[in-house]
Amino acid sequence: MTILEPIDAYPTQRIAGYPVRAGRSLPFGATRVPGGVNFSVFSNHATSVTLVLYREGEPEPMAELPFPESFRVGSVYAMTVFGLDVERLEYGYRVDGPRRPWQGHRFDPDTVLSDPYARMLTGHGPYRHRSRVTLDDFDWEDDRPPRLPHEDLVIYELHVRGFTRHPSSGVSAPGTYAGLVEKIPYLRELGVNCVELMPVFEFDETDNVFTGVNYWGYSPIGFFAPKASYAATGRDHMQVDEFKHLVKELHRAGIEVLLDVVFNHTAEGDERGPTISFKGLDNATYYMLTADGHYYNFSGTGNTLNCNHPVVRGFVLDCLRYWAAECHVDGFRFDLAAILGRGADGELLHNPPLLESLAYDPILRDRKLIAEAWDAAGLYQVGSFPHYSRWSEWNGRYRDTVRRYVKGDLGVTGELATRMVGSPDMYSRRGAAATVNFVTSHDGFTLRDLVSYDHKHNEANGEGNGDGDDANNSWNCGHEGETDDPAVLALRARQQRNALLLLLASRGVPMLLAGDEIGRTQLGNNNAYCHDGPLTWLDWGLRERNADLFRFTRRAIAFRRAHPVLRGGSPGSVHWHGVRAWSPDWAAHSRVVAALFDGGGNDCVYVAANSHWESHTLELPAAPRGQTWHLFADTAAAPPMDAFEPGSEPPLANQSQLSIGPRSIAILVTH
Amino acid sequence: MRLQRELRGGVTVISMDGQLDSETAPRVQQDLQALFPEEGLVVLDLSRTLYMSSAGLRVLLLIYRQAQHSTVRLALTGLSPDVRAIMDATGFLGFFTVVESVEEGVEALTV
Repeated sequence: MTILEPIDAYPTQRIAGYPVRAGRSLPFGATRVPGGVNFSVFSNHATSVTLVLYREGEPEPMAELPFPESFRVGSVYAMTVFGLDVERLEYGYRVDGPRRPWQGHRFDPDTVLSDPYARMLTGHGPYRHRSRVTLDDFDWEDDRPPRLPHEDLVIYELHVRGFTRHPSSGVSAPGTYAGLVEKIPYLRELGVNCVELMPVFEFDETDNVFTGVNYWGYSPIGFFAPKASYAATGRDHMQVDEFKHLVKELHRAGIEVLLDVVFNHTAEGDERGPTISFKGLDNATYYMLTADGHYYNFSGTGNTLNCNHPVVRGFVLDCLRYWAAECHVDGFRFDLAAILGRGADGELLHNPPLLESLAYDPILRDRKLIAEAWDAAGLYQVGSFPHYSRWSEWNGRYRDTVRRYVKGDLGVTGELATRMVGSPDMYSRRGAAATVNFVTSHDGFTLRDLVSYDHKHNEANGEGNGDGDDANNSWNCGHEGETDDPAVLALRARQQRNALLLLLASRGVPMLLAGDEIGRTQLGNNNAYCHDGPLTWLDWGLRERNADLFRFTRRAIAFRRAHPVLRGGSPGSVHWHGVRAWSPDWAAHSRVVAALFDGGGNDCVYVAANSHWESHTLELPAAPRGQTWHLFADTAAAPPMDAFEPGSEPPLANQSQLSIGPRSIAILVTH
Repeated sequence: MRLQRELRGGVTVISMDGQLDSETAPRVQQDLQALFPEEGLVVLDLSRTLYMSSAGLRVLLLIYRQAQHSTVRLALTGLSPDVRAIMDATGFLGFFTVVESVEEGVEALTV
């Protein structure tokens, strides 16, 4: 077969010694075309744009190519440059325009800017913000996203570096996408079917005035660029291949991949922050600005991306389509998503065009969209986020209720019941998939710390322990911090199981924080965004030291997966009980409640919760359909009797009563 | 980049001497195709390949895919630890039969 060469694969003129021709405006970014590279960049207010080319690692440019006026279409500058060796090329843009900050314009032709569409940044060293051109072909073979029903997910939130960076991980490339591939068997054994990766877009790891370290990465620079330092091959500029390989291998194991994405702000900060990309390309378009050109700060980090501006909206959409279509990512969790419903002045929009576009986008149709439905300026939309029947939400109220119940607060038993059945007070018309339930996340205490500390201990963050949330609903079980008191340790072990079991027996999509299944601690630090070390890395020695907790969690996940009734169903499939069968006690002083989830057949589960410090004897409803009750889990029992292998639960000796221990959860199943 | 072909037993051994990167890749791809037999066993010896870039790995994969569509069977040998690590992390390694020596390659391909 003869492939005709395109008739525009020839230069028409030379600029700065390079053969070029007028480029194609779309797609934005740097795209390989026959014989060359097409560069396209947007700026509405620029007076001139120059393409700056570097040989890799060189301090000075090898060429600067001003875009001729004839190469501009509207506000898009496009040029095809021929004869470039893309593997040794770094590039950026020099953009001139008005320097009138009071009008929102901060052009600075002395700074070479990153391409916001760059699919790779150099990612390390003094030139880490320079853009690179990717070879974007990848052999996906027959990769298919698992396309699991949303309500069947068990999400596992992890930090790519922290998951395998600890020397105990035993992987060949610690702290990388490749290292994570080596831990897929662990994820399979645990039973989770979805990983949510904390930010993997390029960010500046030194972006923190207190410790000099930004570990979490909620301050993006390159929205299309997988973080090079998370790739074993980053220095060889193969992070895109390595990331795609990770997705492909996770899919092969039946595990979906969600990305935690940050579209509410960037690493450029406010007036005092650096100029890296958007600020110098078109500050007034990309950021929400006050009438006198200052930055609105709804994100708590200095600036706010102007995400409902039509150009920025297009940028966000292009970005998500890239990750979905080219990188096969299965969905996204949007950091501080309430901001995405704000207009240019921060006002709340009733029909936010960005959220609507994402909800109805053809490429994103089957991808999960999960909102962290609040922002740093007090907008709290859990239950009221504009969802278009597509968006689900991190359910902060689930977290708070389960925490309060487990630590023994009075007056929350009724609300716990509501949270356990998918929070119908907020999501009745949207089904169980609308609520992502969690007790812990990266943001706050780990599960072990939740039961070990009354107060946060963030001294090492260098902010006088003033950072991080004070309202944790945590309880130290009698001693603040590490202890060898066996009674305290036993109670903590039980409290961790209580939280895990409630989470995995609730309707909605459960999300686990990586390491909670083996008792990871951050020594009471509830805002460890600024530590890249043993405090935040997962110590794999815990897998052996807390083997009991791992086994318990694995069985609880397997049990959930064996029982569809726990994942969704009609309100009529849940019946409430208390100390007396069929008589739940919704009084404020009640600490005991039991839910009977009956999906028919063998899919019948009785979940009893007791947050009282005394035992109680519960009268059991008769097991339906002439079956008998079997004990799946009892957090008051010593391991390994705290949970049984799903399918092999022993029958209950007394079919009419269940004794439930102090501060414990028990689950029965019919056979 | 220099390519050399020799026959050892019934096996075509092609050794690649130099750098395989975006500059040399198009030429190497052409030359490799020219050196490939119509059928039989081929071992690509990379022990004198000093550097392998992202584009270089793509050449190897393209050659491998072509071999799959013909009756040629292909193995790689002489991977440096660095190249091997890169191929492992990006999944390229999984596509190939990789052997420790030409002799082992003959054995692996004829089994």
